[in-house]
Amino acid sequence: MWSYDKRLQFPVNIKEPNAKLAQVIISQYGGPDGEMGASMRYLSQRYSMPYREVAGVLTDIGTEELAHLEMVAAIVHQLTRNLSMEEIEKSGFDKYYVDHTIGVWPQAAGGVPFNACEFQVKGDIITDLMEDMAAEQKARTTYDNILRLVKDPDVCEPIKFLRMREVVHFQRFGEALRITQDKLNSKNFYAFNPGFDCDECSGKK
Amino acid sequence: MGNKEQLLHDIGIVDFVVTELTLYLDTHPHDQRALEYYAHYNKMKNQMEREFSQKYYPLSTRLEDCGNEWRWGAAPLPWEGACE
Repeated sequence: MWSYDKRLQFPVNIKEPNAKLAQVIISQYGGPDGEMGASMRYLSQRYSMPYREVAGVLTDIGTEELAHLEMVAAIVHQLTRNLSMEEIEKSGFDKYYVDHTIGVWPQAAGGVPFNACEFQVKGDIITDLMEDMAAEQKARTTYDNILRLVKDPDVCEPIKFLRMREVVHFQRFGEALRITQDKLNSKNFYAFNPGFDCDECSGKK
Repeated sequence: MGNKEQLLHDIGIVDFVVTELTLYLDTHPHDQRALEYYAHYNKMKNQMEREFSQKYYPLSTRLEDCGNEWRWGAAPLPWEGACE
């Protein structure tokens, strides 16, 4: 279960609306390497994790991703409030506006809706942790790309914070992979799937 | 920055330390120094959140003091930002 704190993980106080930028940043809400996919990936992978400490890493990072999802939503919300109709038309935000007004809906920058196919739960600890490490790098690259488009320091600072967290999460998943490999046969990590083949590890016995 | 904003800002900083230590301890559960840091900053965070909730509004339902009014619902929303 979860509990909620009524504050952001890092402050978002944007003074100048910018609908063009909002359309780009929304990709980290519901895009292919966004925070929604990140959170759902890690939280969903937990059930086939044979080792408690690794499931713990997934729980805590998956939870932090929910806080990041809220930060990205706050950025998009503050970039799109108080827009004039002229700004909505000129910025190209009209296509989003017609379906969602200025609500925050999970989609990629290109308009593709959020899709669970953007992440995987393979039920194999090595496969899943490798995906998690790649996911953190993909999200980091996306934030790098966003930072090249942002001039406003009010937007820059929270995006830089989110980018930094991807780097830390990559490190922690790397450690989780090392913990996993230490428990497996070093001559063949793939001899069996500890989440499926080993009764003792998977709790079937 | 007013007193309220300053305290909320400081809670964010201490909470970040606690979050970072949580993830670190998940993969380094025997690191004694990290455990000491965690105990220290987690206590500090709890005290600051309690202080904030008593003076301004509850940051979570756990911190609602149930006086003569349910303050949780009227508390500012995190995404409102400084413009409001």
